[in-house]
Amino acid sequence: MRFSVYRFNPETDSKPYLQDYDLEIGPDEDMMLLDALLLLKAQDETLSFRRSCREGVCGSDGMNINGKNGLACITPLSSLKEPIRIRPLPGMPVIRDLIVDLDQFYKNYERIEPYLINDEPPCDSERLQSPEEREKLDGLYECILCACCSTSCPSFWWNPEKFVGPAGLLQAYRFIADSRDTHTEERLSKLDDPDSVVRCHSIMNCVDVCPKGLNPTAAIGQVRSLILKKSI
Amino acid sequence: MAISQRSFDAVIIGGGGAGLRAAVQLAESEYSVAVISKVFPTRSHTVSAQGGINAALANVDADNWHWHMFDTVKGSDYLGDQDAIEFMCRNAPEVVIELEHYGLPFSRLDDGRIYQRPFGGQSKEFGTGGQATRTCAAADRTGHTMLHTLYQRCLKCDTTFLNEWYAVDLVKGATGNVVGVIAICIETGETAFIQSKATIFATGGAGRIYESTTNALINTGDGLGMAMRAGLPVMDMEFWQFHPTGISGAGVLVTEGCRGEGGYLVNKDGERFMERYAPNAKDLASRDVVARAMAVEIREGRGCGKDANHVLLKLDHLGEDIIKQRLPGIRELAITFAHVDPIKTPIPVVPTVHYMMGGIPTNYHGQVTTVKEDGSTEIVSGLYAVGECACVSVHGANRLGGNSLLDLVVFGRAAGDHVVNALRAGDIEGHSGAFELDPALERLNRWDNTKSGERVDDIRREMGQTMQNNCSVFRTAEVMQEGIEKISALQERLKHAALQDHSRAYNTARIEALELENLMSVAKASVLSAAARKESRGAHSRVDFADRNDGEWLKHTVCFADDRLIYKPVNLEPISVESFPPKARTY
Repeated sequence: MRFSVYRFNPETDSKPYLQDYDLEIGPDEDMMLLDALLLLKAQDETLSFRRSCREGVCGSDGMNINGKNGLACITPLSSLKEPIRIRPLPGMPVIRDLIVDLDQFYKNYERIEPYLINDEPPCDSERLQSPEEREKLDGLYECILCACCSTSCPSFWWNPEKFVGPAGLLQAYRFIADSRDTHTEERLSKLDDPDSVVRCHSIMNCVDVCPKGLNPTAAIGQVRSLILKKSI
Repeated sequence: MAISQRSFDAVIIGGGGAGLRAAVQLAESEYSVAVISKVFPTRSHTVSAQGGINAALANVDADNWHWHMFDTVKGSDYLGDQDAIEFMCRNAPEVVIELEHYGLPFSRLDDGRIYQRPFGGQSKEFGTGGQATRTCAAADRTGHTMLHTLYQRCLKCDTTFLNEWYAVDLVKGATGNVVGVIAICIETGETAFIQSKATIFATGGAGRIYESTTNALINTGDGLGMAMRAGLPVMDMEFWQFHPTGISGAGVLVTEGCRGEGGYLVNKDGERFMERYAPNAKDLASRDVVARAMAVEIREGRGCGKDANHVLLKLDHLGEDIIKQRLPGIRELAITFAHVDPIKTPIPVVPTVHYMMGGIPTNYHGQVTTVKEDGSTEIVSGLYAVGECACVSVHGANRLGGNSLLDLVVFGRAAGDHVVNALRAGDIEGHSGAFELDPALERLNRWDNTKSGERVDDIRREMGQTMQNNCSVFRTAEVMQEGIEKISALQERLKHAALQDHSRAYNTARIEALELENLMSVAKASVLSAAARKESRGAHSRVDFADRNDGEWLKHTVCFADDRLIYKPVNLEPISVESFPPKARTY
């Protein structure tokens, strides 16, 4: 199988280039792209990428695979057309090879105050939440912060400092939707400006690429309509 | 080598559940704390935990912490220290409620309280009252929700993170006390001395010593390697848990919660074989018992598939709703890695290396202890260990499902509290006075300066295969002796291996070489400890010594880097209740 991989080492390369690799893979062997990358790294240890859980829950190995963002560890080679073109997540500064600088992505996550805020006095037992209230968090809490969505979003590429981006906004709505959180008003006010939310143009790349099957566009729609309701 | 220096009151190595829980405790105090993590914290292996966290909340059925304590002692095959087990089980309800208050999105019962499910090895009335229902869960993503919730809590209290930094070795002060670590910024390659009055290891497990494991690629026993190089011991390293249900071929974990929700295992004849091995608890017997039963079924030719090399986990009878609601992550993993939808088709599973019961010996405040020749212990000033890298020991010879996440938060919090109190009392010597950086830098210099030699990857592969073949579910003296010889030879070869990549910026090859040195120390300690223990207990199952032997072997194995083994008595004395004396263990 042939792979065409984006390479850049800041110490030795003045600009990035594409390197071709070949890998013998038996016809019956069904492997994930990450397994193939690990075999390539065994051949050439200078090839650098992030990886951890290798089962699609830690979000380390987000990359651009044949033009689409995804997680290498849950992308079967059999689903990919050759040569397999592997590039870092788009729109972020490249540190080395497939490793991008995610600082801005994490900043936007921190900006939405991604933690439960509850001003009521603490109690000895759990705060009650009905199964129906809890169900509102399904499709939101499962985010693994892999950045596949935000780095496929043109609005985020253009205004990463102003537009929170799909991952951050999905989490914003996760806390707004939580019946235990008492800061809905404050959360909405902080997002009520011409950039943070409104720059989403429903292009829906985020939905298309999310490896967990989540729908940030829908969550952004909810936030948007809550902000609207608040202003009337 | 000129290196920079940074200073904190406390430094935590590792950003998983235990490290982050300790960090919350310190960040909320008046002291400065930094978390050093080789990955962004939410990439830590806690994220992969699925089924839940044990606490006797009694939300579904009668329960109390004392029953939980009995189950844990019995599950440990009586090798767990009963003071630590009491401490953990007593504190369980409080730490779980605390997580709920932090925002963890637990699944809920109709009355709004936290959902709980039955798990293996749980009972009511000290083993006489039938199955208990003790495992608190957020669907089958409890570890993911716990890790994210704790990271979020750390953000709320403004914790300092050194993300994608790699701790290389401990730095010791004049009296043998720990004064910090040498660490590398992975992104730039910069080396720094991170000084601290208290250093907390929360570096997780080391399942990557085996070729096939449910563990993440980052589980490389870094804390254990650092401790051993600093002359400190590791304990009970012969006890490696094989989780009954790893997806055949892929090694990916399928939660015990599947069986808690009513799933069961079948062999090629469609027989629910656990009824023969554990007539009462059946599929919810302890993990060591179920894993051994599966291995026997496969060995005796009743395995499934064309190679008869696995058994099947049947869930289809639970119905689509239960699977989608309670086990959505499992369904996703089964479809991705086994190409079956459990709503219709059973999942092919095999026992797979999952958890390290052993680790760095500590007391129940998380303080690291070293052991003297006579078996007495001594506290190492300034050093703590919590979570999977530590051996408190609450899991003894076999961990119960749902007790790992509990271990992380109970002892993460306890260590954080202890550090805060010790700092307030002025009990920690700190980093004034002389210290020696050279020993810690030696290893880095060796890798930087060696230009030719064997490749790291080849040695890692051989180590994995050796452990898989020579330190597996069933063990014999002969096979383990061969394991010792092979691992010793690999350890020697590793001393002369070389990197091809000597660059600084994000050099993952260099990190992997340093990790392999830690893995090799862990592998060596494991096979040495295993070969020496001439009995079967918990996860350590010997064909040539098939029975437990309390007369000679009711004791902890303590292993040092120079291959010395000494033994330490098990603490059978709880803090406030009566001891559970060892008795025959049946399920």
